[in-house]
Amino acid sequence: MKPGSVAIVGAAETTEMGLIPDMSVIGLHADAALNAMADAGLKPGDIDGVATAGESPTSIAHYLGITPTYVDGTSVGGCSFMLHVRHAAAAINEGLATTVLVTHGESGKSRVGAGGWGPGGGGSLQGQFESPYGPAGPPSIFTIPYLRYAKNYGVTPEQLAMVAVVQREWAGKNPRASFRDPITVEDVLNSRVIAYPFHLLECCLVTDGGGALILTSADRAKDFPTKPVYILGTGESVETPLISQMEDFTSSKAFVVSGKKAFAEAGISHGDVDHLMIYDAFAHLPFYGLEDLGFVGRGEAPAFIWEGNTRAGGKLPLNTNGGGLSYMHSGMYGMYALQESVRQLRGAAPAQVPGAKVSITHGVGGMFAASGTIIMSNERP
Amino acid sequence: MAEPRRTFPKPLPQPTPETQEFWAGTRAGELRLQRCNDCNSVYFPPRPFCPKCASRSVSWFKASGKGTLHSYVINHRPAPGFQDEVPYAIAVVELDEGPRMMTNMVGVEQTPEALVLDMPVEVSFEAVNDNITLPKFRPVGGGK
Repeated sequence: MKPGSVAIVGAAETTEMGLIPDMSVIGLHADAALNAMADAGLKPGDIDGVATAGESPTSIAHYLGITPTYVDGTSVGGCSFMLHVRHAAAAINEGLATTVLVTHGESGKSRVGAGGWGPGGGGSLQGQFESPYGPAGPPSIFTIPYLRYAKNYGVTPEQLAMVAVVQREWAGKNPRASFRDPITVEDVLNSRVIAYPFHLLECCLVTDGGGALILTSADRAKDFPTKPVYILGTGESVETPLISQMEDFTSSKAFVVSGKKAFAEAGISHGDVDHLMIYDAFAHLPFYGLEDLGFVGRGEAPAFIWEGNTRAGGKLPLNTNGGGLSYMHSGMYGMYALQESVRQLRGAAPAQVPGAKVSITHGVGGMFAASGTIIMSNERP
Repeated sequence: MAEPRRTFPKPLPQPTPETQEFWAGTRAGELRLQRCNDCNSVYFPPRPFCPKCASRSVSWFKASGKGTLHSYVINHRPAPGFQDEVPYAIAVVELDEGPRMMTNMVGVEQTPEALVLDMPVEVSFEAVNDNITLPKFRPVGGGK
């Protein structure tokens, strides 16, 4: 980083120290954070970057009421916070965020709100306010907001099913796709109900796989054997670890913030985009992605897909590898969406979009908990 | 001979110092929420400061226990402990005071026909053990 270009402007510990039996882990993070903000004369609304280890940065951001444009959950043990400071300095210099909060809290002695049953334990917010009602993983959690979306915009079951049908069409062109046989809307609606209103074919696959990327400076990139794919813009955000606490069940705040940041960084408009990947763990995600990224207006995505705009030859080819619904889904599918964008921009995709120059890969983390957006091009700006 | 069925306990909340007032409330048959003394925001889940303005000056109050059905799924793949209940709805209700919370719907068929979005609902407490009482919701005036 540039020497002297970033400074620490707030610093504090928890109000009490040593034995604190009346605070849970997340409470310790928050107490220290509130004290540091008071020290700096800042409010949560002034913070746009969150870094932490132990707790997820999603949990810390939502608990404190922060909507960040920069998130660092780097968790490498006791020195994680040194790394957070280093990343934060780079992030601030790069304009990813202006004011980064780094937090730590640990109920090492009292063990309050730490460990125990399930994700985050029975003392976590999920453990107290969601798990007791029987959600059984992504198929019955990620899907909860959708009926609200469907009612608000009058979406039909056939329109949701069409998402799976179109992606199967793309998968049919991809020899590496897990499921390639064509399906109809009727097939989708006749498949087993997993969590009403979602059928089996509207849920992602469960498969094995992997992927990797190597990045270097644009100046060096021309010396490598493959066609460089340049990063034009990036975005990230988190909203909440609790699906029940999403601000708006018809829109992901993390998608909106991440997408805006990426478009602003890249300095492009929607009309410049030739190819789009939207992480599709379930069939409703392309609706949210298309609208939250601003490609279509509110409630317009179901008709946009129904009318064929995201098919081969359509105006916005979407999830051209077949997506999580038909290509593969190992658990953290985002890597595969990135790989497909790179293939498209190298001109090496099985279902190649002719002349694609700009591609966007939009990812989701957790269940509408987090988001990341990468805009790439095969032309250096 | 059939194998004896393996049973799993349902996951239960473990109250923390910041949430114990909420769980004391459900035990007493009250749905308690918090309100910021400075900006008047009502919020949930519980925490000892306001997520809107970060004030630490907040108060508990007894909520009406009334709201509307905001969204749901009807789950066919049970979580551990829920094997005997499939299919069951996992719902989110919007309380009249503003906040939303996850819950289960009781006293009503677990079908799309019976579970109509925006229908009025009211809290119905289910004592699980001496410590934990879960707030569940039922249609106002009874369901199908």
